[in-house]
Amino acid sequence: MKISIQINEGPYQHQASDTAYQFAKAAIEKGHEIFRVFFYHDGVNNASRFTMPPQDDRNVVNQWAELDIKDADGNPELVVCIAAALRRGMLDESEASKNGIDGNNVHPAFRISGLGQLIEAGIQSDRLVVFGD
Amino acid sequence: MATKKFMYLNRKASYGTVYAIESLEVVLIAAAFEQDVSLAFIDDGVYQIIEGQNTDSIGMKNFSKTYHALGDYDINKLYVSAESLEERGLTEDDLMPLVYEDEDDDWAEKPSVKVVSNAELSKIMSDQDVCLSF
Repeated sequence: MKISIQINEGPYQHQASDTAYQFAKAAIEKGHEIFRVFFYHDGVNNASRFTMPPQDDRNVVNQWAELDIKDADGNPELVVCIAAALRRGMLDESEASKNGIDGNNVHPAFRISGLGQLIEAGIQSDRLVVFGD
Repeated sequence: MATKKFMYLNRKASYGTVYAIESLEVVLIAAAFEQDVSLAFIDDGVYQIIEGQNTDSIGMKNFSKTYHALGDYDINKLYVSAESLEERGLTEDDLMPLVYEDEDDDWAEKPSVKVVSNAELSKIMSDQDVCLSF
């Protein structure tokens, strides 16, 4: 089955991202395809490459990165909503330079894109599963 | 591209959290994909379409007028939970008079809002291909 996931909550504050990760991992192990993971609302904070949890805790961002969810051309399918990201101070290299900001924090396993990617995931996938409050 | 039935489920009031406005942003983008779109307002989500919203004293953008634009995007199925209204001491008269122009009926102006019981709403939800919950 082709599955997409929407994550609406930030890491550590809320279980949504952890549960979604466990779900995605189990689905892949069972032979399903994760077409796309879309990060929305505070969920965009799951893409920060500056995330530094204490050593005895899981690293939510790296966990997602290690799942290595990509399309056939090798582009990341961990997708961060651009509008939600920019208003929360999440920028990739291109958005940082476009807006004259001297740094960027989006992990390279993720990419920033528009809300259309969420709708497209809903259209293309057999299931779209939403994690959040 | 295939057409699917998308429902946007709005469960939270407009300004206490970001869900309402960011849900509306998804709905407006989704309109460009020519899918079969409906919205449901349940729990505190019914406050999103209450008439006479004023945000002057909280320093936040009043985005309630945007709901009036939904009709122009062919989004004209807005279901409101009767029980959620009643639990909050509200009636249909407290809601914004949201309308659309029916192209199959000489562009007659018709109401977009439909108050339904939770039982009816769950039936409508089970007919959907995709339910996005906010």
